[in-house]
Amino acid sequence: MMEIKGLEFHHPHSHDPVLKGISFGVNSGEVTAILGPNGSGKTTLFNCIAGLWRHQKGEIVFQDNNISHLPHEKRAKILAVVPQEHDPPFPYSVLDAVLMGRVSHVGIFATPSKDDYLKAEEAMEAVGIAHLKERAYTRISGGERQLALIARGLAQQPRVMLLDEPTAHLDFRNQIHVLSTIRELTRKENLTTLVTLHDPNLSAMFSNRVILLGQGQIVDEGDPGAVITPENLCQVYDLEVEWIGDNGRRFIYPRLPACH
Amino acid sequence: MSKKALKTITIMASPFLIGWVALFIGTYSVSPLMVLKVIGSEIWPFLKSPDIEEKAIILDIRLPRIILAGLVGVALSGSGVTLQGIFRNPLVDPFILGISAGAALGCSLSVGFFPQLPIQMMAFLFAIIAVILAYSIAKTQGEVSRLPLVLSGVIISAFFTAMVSIVKFLVDPHKLQNIVYWLMGSFSLSDWRLVKIAGIGITTGLLPVFLMRWRLNVLSMGEDEASALGVNTKRERIIFIAGSSLAVSIAVSVSGIIGWVGLMVPHLVRMMTGPDHKSLIPLSMAGGAAFMIFADTVARNLTDFDIPVGIITAVTGAPFFIYLMKKGGEESWGR
Repeated sequence: MMEIKGLEFHHPHSHDPVLKGISFGVNSGEVTAILGPNGSGKTTLFNCIAGLWRHQKGEIVFQDNNISHLPHEKRAKILAVVPQEHDPPFPYSVLDAVLMGRVSHVGIFATPSKDDYLKAEEAMEAVGIAHLKERAYTRISGGERQLALIARGLAQQPRVMLLDEPTAHLDFRNQIHVLSTIRELTRKENLTTLVTLHDPNLSAMFSNRVILLGQGQIVDEGDPGAVITPENLCQVYDLEVEWIGDNGRRFIYPRLPACH
Repeated sequence: MSKKALKTITIMASPFLIGWVALFIGTYSVSPLMVLKVIGSEIWPFLKSPDIEEKAIILDIRLPRIILAGLVGVALSGSGVTLQGIFRNPLVDPFILGISAGAALGCSLSVGFFPQLPIQMMAFLFAIIAVILAYSIAKTQGEVSRLPLVLSGVIISAFFTAMVSIVKFLVDPHKLQNIVYWLMGSFSLSDWRLVKIAGIGITTGLLPVFLMRWRLNVLSMGEDEASALGVNTKRERIIFIAGSSLAVSIAVSVSGIIGWVGLMVPHLVRMMTGPDHKSLIPLSMAGGAAFMIFADTVARNLTDFDIPVGIITAVTGAPFFIYLMKKGGEESWGR
């Protein structure tokens, strides 16, 4: 269980608060989605929890330990950050890229041991990309690259997994594949998973809980079915939406302005 | 044996093979057998010692020169590959932080106005001053980021180069010749004293780099990602930059400014054996040593004069790079 308690953040040289006291809990074995429009503070919140930006007030507690101010090398053993897929400057092999997840376990003057290689290969196995290990990381598809980054996070052997819009650059099929993988791993490894998403429907399909963010505050949180409602989305996105569906499965779609 | 293992062994052995051959090539030709005799008699004194003349040529002239060239090759290529990793750019060279301009100023001041201060010391001193200046200019609010550091390196280089021009303009023409010759880069002044200086300085600079080499993979992913993966990026980047700056400035102080090696060799090695710094760093060091010894052997044998080796590296470096960019751009820097 991870708890975010009263997080407040403003940029240096500015007094406009970006996060205005955010508090919520994330259960282990569950996927919690942070949903919110651009400028809602989603990325800031992500960076604060990841330890990349320093919040001015509040704390991040994992299993009764405040992990807000841990040095990077200690935090990385608890919390893995999975960024959006991107091109690295050099064409490392997929195995070498996943192996980087072991850096917090490898001594500063050492190189990875057999055990580190084994952990990296296990992680690749777990996300189903073991066959790519010799391929250049620059020469695989965006979906495969996102999976490799998830494998890299797993190789850290973390308790918490933080994913930044893992579906951002992916096609329709890969979005579903990557999110299913994340959900499965969370259950199997009993991870505490926090993921930022843009798509309300994907959030509803793949998360156990949703935090709806608007203007640096939590607008609503809880069960996806209860949070992702036309009223809430209309308030946060300033967009009229409707839903269709039955038997508990619902699909949100925007009401388009009439054509003239 | 795998293809990569074969390449690795070849590259690691190359400086020793080339260095060995370089020992008996020169204006005074010495047979391989004689080289063996001379070295043998040094190790086992009871063996009959060969001629004084040949002994002097091998032990006092060629051997220190070859070892010095090798050490400078290790420093330039090892630092080049390190800074390329840190700055996440395969086109960065070891002089990026103003090292060469600083060394050039130190050298010109020593030759032009302070002949009592040794060139090496002045070159090294000013190279380090240049790096420290570049670093502190880039430092704003306690943070040093990648791009400002490159920019301040450019600024410092421009400023120091202008200072060198002033010195060149003011100095007596005879001394000007010395400055110009030194700036071209050459091993013609090699002796065991310089080998000792280079050996100690370059080892001190590059030992931490060598030991931490695998972490360069992680650092090359960028500051945020490396931090999130558990690296103290600030601390480790300073170690890498300080270590390679030390090695390069020592190299410059013993041999002048020799360009292109630190750009060309890591590039070639990366294309042959891949970008993983765990193997790339030692292989680039070995490749740099081999290339430097080779280039210097060419420099001292191509004509009756000892051509500055910096000219040889520049003349081969530029076309080599054009060829690379046209042919294998995509393969070599992985787009």
